[in-house]
Amino acid sequence: MSVRDDIAARMPGGDAGLILAVLATAYLLYVLAGVVLGYDLRGQLNSLATLTFYIGVFAMLSLALNLHWGYTGLFNIGIVGFMAVGVYVMALVSKPTFVAGGAAQVGGLGLPLWVGIIAGMVAAAVLGFVVALPALRLRADYLAIVTIAMSEIVRFSFLSGDLQQFQLFGSKVGFGGGSGLILDFVPPLEALFQSVGLWGVYLGFVDATKVIVPTNPKPVVDGLVYGLLLLTFVTVFFWLLKRTGESPFGRVLKAIREDEDVANALGKDTDRFKIKSFMLGCALMGLAGILWLMPQGAVTPNFFRPRVTFFVWIALIIGGAGSNTGSVLGGATFAALLYQGPRYFQNLVTTVLPNLDSPPGFGQAIGPLISQLDPVPFLLYTIDSIRQLQLVVMGLVLIWLMHNRPEGLLGHRKETASVISLSRPKAAAAATDGGSADGDVQTDGGVDVADNNGGVDDE
Amino acid sequence: MSDASQPVDDVATKVDEGALGSFASGVQTTEEYPLRVEGLRKSFGGITAVDGATFQVESGSLTGLIGPNGAGKSTTFNLITGMIKPDAGTVTFNGEDITGLDPHEVANRGMVRTFQIARELSEMTVLENMMLAPQRQRGEELWRSVLPGVRNDVREQEEELLERVWEVLDFFDIDHIAEEYAGNLSGGQRKLLEMARALLTDPDMLLLDEPFAGVNPTLEKKLLEHIHELREQGYTFLLVEHDMDLIMNNCEHVIVLHQGRVLTEGTPDDIRSNEEVIEAYLGGNV
Repeated sequence: MSVRDDIAARMPGGDAGLILAVLATAYLLYVLAGVVLGYDLRGQLNSLATLTFYIGVFAMLSLALNLHWGYTGLFNIGIVGFMAVGVYVMALVSKPTFVAGGAAQVGGLGLPLWVGIIAGMVAAAVLGFVVALPALRLRADYLAIVTIAMSEIVRFSFLSGDLQQFQLFGSKVGFGGGSGLILDFVPPLEALFQSVGLWGVYLGFVDATKVIVPTNPKPVVDGLVYGLLLLTFVTVFFWLLKRTGESPFGRVLKAIREDEDVANALGKDTDRFKIKSFMLGCALMGLAGILWLMPQGAVTPNFFRPRVTFFVWIALIIGGAGSNTGSVLGGATFAALLYQGPRYFQNLVTTVLPNLDSPPGFGQAIGPLISQLDPVPFLLYTIDSIRQLQLVVMGLVLIWLMHNRPEGLLGHRKETASVISLSRPKAAAAATDGGSADGDVQTDGGVDVADNNGGVDDE
Repeated sequence: MSDASQPVDDVATKVDEGALGSFASGVQTTEEYPLRVEGLRKSFGGITAVDGATFQVESGSLTGLIGPNGAGKSTTFNLITGMIKPDAGTVTFNGEDITGLDPHEVANRGMVRTFQIARELSEMTVLENMMLAPQRQRGEELWRSVLPGVRNDVREQEEELLERVWEVLDFFDIDHIAEEYAGNLSGGQRKLLEMARALLTDPDMLLLDEPFAGVNPTLEKKLLEHIHELREQGYTFLLVEHDMDLIMNNCEHVIVLHQGRVLTEGTPDDIRSNEEVIEAYLGGNV
């Protein structure tokens, strides 16, 4: 319809091609930045692994949010709460049982990792159900208030001393409170490869990479492989949500987004559809949270501040709500440019111009600008504070997008909510062609296809 | 054309009946008066919008519901279709008490409404709007839509539905705008879309809330032709309308609401010569 569709249309491979092109561009930029920064191969690989990791988690989260907001019109600003519940329940189930004198202050139930992951997703979905039940019957903005309140309640609950440790099935378990929870289960990659009996093969592969990374290649390879695993999950999310959207189910969700009363008047039990969509999205958010924090070794409640929720929203808005392809693109763009980008930019500037001393405080930075119209100290100060300014940059990007491109990079996309293409079936097309020639064609049901002259005129 | 009523299972049968291929057989009304409204009452704060309205609608009729502004016509519609719940009174449809049911439950029982201001689903195409309407689609279950294998059943049904959707689009002469976003349609086209969409839900009875408001005379004539044609196939219509001439020329039965109550009812000629009606409309100054 306009530029964005043309981009996708001109792209070899269509949407997939577009996603690959954006990913390739991001990787190229990071490799170039790495070259300028003088990274060795190990540094380059680590930087790419980190980039892949964040692209993966933000793409997954914005896909899940797209189901809520883009498809169903559910204003969920408690994403991080569902992530937290997913991770903590997974930890509770999968951490090894408590051993006195160990590093971990509390234990878990000691069940396999995959059981924990499923339990975490189920817990997030159940929490979604509990939140949705009262809130979905109210207007959309109330759901927003309830969800953000819920996410803070979840954070404070995990912070509280009462849940720090307790007895469950006779073992000492808990959520660790404010000091955090050590995730001392088998590392996820090891668990994954062991479950398919390929752990030895994987270790052999790691050994072989010594040709490229001579010393201790395992963390580097682990990082890259985990990044690839995340991209696989992004693909699964995409597949699942595409099928969900392109179906009669997705059609009802879209109708609810557009006008719930109409969907209801057409005989759709909209509450049921909304709850199902909400629970599915929450489970996926829980899974994304698990995949984000599982390899980190420890988790603290204060990671789950509302700003993570808003990161996901920015990612979705960049990509364009309502489009799964857009969600992936938005997640990738956000991770590469807004989340990781500023740090790299700062590193680049300090590497290229190593001898610049930035002023120590705001006063010294702004003073020369006012008194001597000398902007250099102010610019240096800005670059030095870029991490703190990251949120400001995100805010500016958001404002710019809202003004100039509210539909996002790929918004307003025609992703038809149907299992099949809705163009006229061949049989029907033939019938109508005949119909317009004869002027009058009766179908088996007695419908006057080429109407107009068959109507009753009472006037 | 393919045989439209080839049931695959129970679910499919229901949908089959719903689509256009079998207009007449889709109507299952056995009652002489499918819709009975008795003593319906609804107050908003201190204002009684509907105050004991009692009437019934004859099967296969085109019944008009008229009344001056504020007579409670739209509220009555909302009460019948479950958009709002009545304070008192009952609504019976095809012999079943449907008082206080949710709108989707009412629609599932075969009574579907359209809205005064056409409420198309603007960011969906006309085709998506139409495909939404048929009841009890298999793919409305999430697992059926997602799981490989069973999705083929959904696909099969979608193909059947699509054929009927195109038939209805042809019937209403809006097939040329099928791929458009509904939001880009003109006011009149939206009205057509809304009626076409309502028809695809397989209703026995259609409640039309001012279907001719803001519609040009040519399209109005066309809409009327459609309504008459459908009525001959057995559909029952209840119509709220402001345009007296239009009601008088087209409806065989007219119900006049005034201050939330049925003032009188009868044939257009009865109504035309009824002093009370004239008084109600003109404020008693005639």
